[in-house]
Amino acid sequence: MSHEHVSNIGRIWKVFGILSAVTVVEVILGILKPDALHMNNFMGMNLLNWIFYALTVYKAYYIVYAFMHMEGEKSTLRSAVVFPLIFLILYLLFILLTEGDYIYEVFKNSTIKWNF
Amino acid sequence: MEATVTTANSEGKTWGGGNEPMGASYGKLMMWFFIVSDALTFSGFLAAYGFSRFKFIETWPLADEVFTHFPFMHGVSAPMYYVALMTFILIFSSVTMVLAVDAGHQMKKNKVVLYMFLTIIGGLIFVGSQAWEWKNFIKGEYGAVETKGGSLLQFVDKDGKRVALADFAAFLPEEREQLTRNKAKWFMDEPALPSYSVAEVQAGFKAHPEILIRTEVITKEKKKTILSRAESEARLSQAQYVVEGANLIRNEYGSKLFADFFFFITGFHGFHVFSGVIINIIIFFNVLIGTYEKRRSYEMVEKVGLYWHFVDLVWVFVFTVFYLV
Repeated sequence: MSHEHVSNIGRIWKVFGILSAVTVVEVILGILKPDALHMNNFMGMNLLNWIFYALTVYKAYYIVYAFMHMEGEKSTLRSAVVFPLIFLILYLLFILLTEGDYIYEVFKNSTIKWNF
Repeated sequence: MEATVTTANSEGKTWGGGNEPMGASYGKLMMWFFIVSDALTFSGFLAAYGFSRFKFIETWPLADEVFTHFPFMHGVSAPMYYVALMTFILIFSSVTMVLAVDAGHQMKKNKVVLYMFLTIIGGLIFVGSQAWEWKNFIKGEYGAVETKGGSLLQFVDKDGKRVALADFAAFLPEEREQLTRNKAKWFMDEPALPSYSVAEVQAGFKAHPEILIRTEVITKEKKKTILSRAESEARLSQAQYVVEGANLIRNEYGSKLFADFFFFITGFHGFHVFSGVIINIIIFFNVLIGTYEKRRSYEMVEKVGLYWHFVDLVWVFVFTVFYLV
């Protein structure tokens, strides 16, 4: 192996602590559902859901960078894996969610009805 | 194996082979690229789920009303605790996996064996938990009826608490024969009959004036709409099917697509966990018989570790999309 390996057990447990804490926060928020977050919308989704997604991406970062040891890889490997994923997933989400919302509007406002 | 693990000083002859431009061996690099493609597959599924949910945003089931079970706690509504537990189990098995990789770097065979064993146990517990979750989902709890138009009606009492079909449905002395292949014309049959017929549910509803109908439509308060008694009677007269539990055609929770996506995405993820456990077991035995000790490299443990962490990564997203949002 090209790079030397120092034991990083301390970091592993620290990351485990972060991931657990974030999951606990998610569950608490999911059970309480504070109205201030749950009832306020921002760009088609309520604030609570935005927080959930932000926390999920935060967890994903730690899993990939610490557990999968992405932070120890060369920057070319990092870029080759991370950038296509980020770009393609955002692109796909943008297209499909916009389209889903459009169809919802069509059912709701135009002559085609989904109302039995 | 030597050829894939060692890095020769071959910076000069870029195209001559044995070169590692990304600083990772061939096997590890291919594992990364497999993970990229698999991640895109899962993104496709989850984005399709998002599409359908945005399309039926006003009638989608509310997750914390669907997943409310916890082992050994019957009749207690415990949304989310069980999946949170499953999440912890999977994260923890990720931790033991990364500890195994770490021990492998230091060539400590016994520690690798211990941590890989714990990882396998964690994976098995997770798959078992998912099976239990599926069992509850398929069995259902309250039951519902579907109208001719395909919308789903659930039953609540005056306080808005859900009422199960068994609590109010009448018993009518009627014959209900299941249509089987040998009695039908032209390859027709039908799935197992539900416990009650539509007429029995309607008669029971008439006899219990305190019961109201809840539709799929979500109100401004983010609750399901509860109809008045008169409206309820009108809607129930259009009932066509009694729905108990969930299958790929209809489910008692609401939108048909909801159950389809639940089965497909958690099933595909569960299949990944299952194959991950199998691969881990193979590598575990290789560690046990000293294959990697002879190679002087535990890189195989690292590669299956990548796959295992990826499974955990996907679960983090499935957890958010199905249970939280």
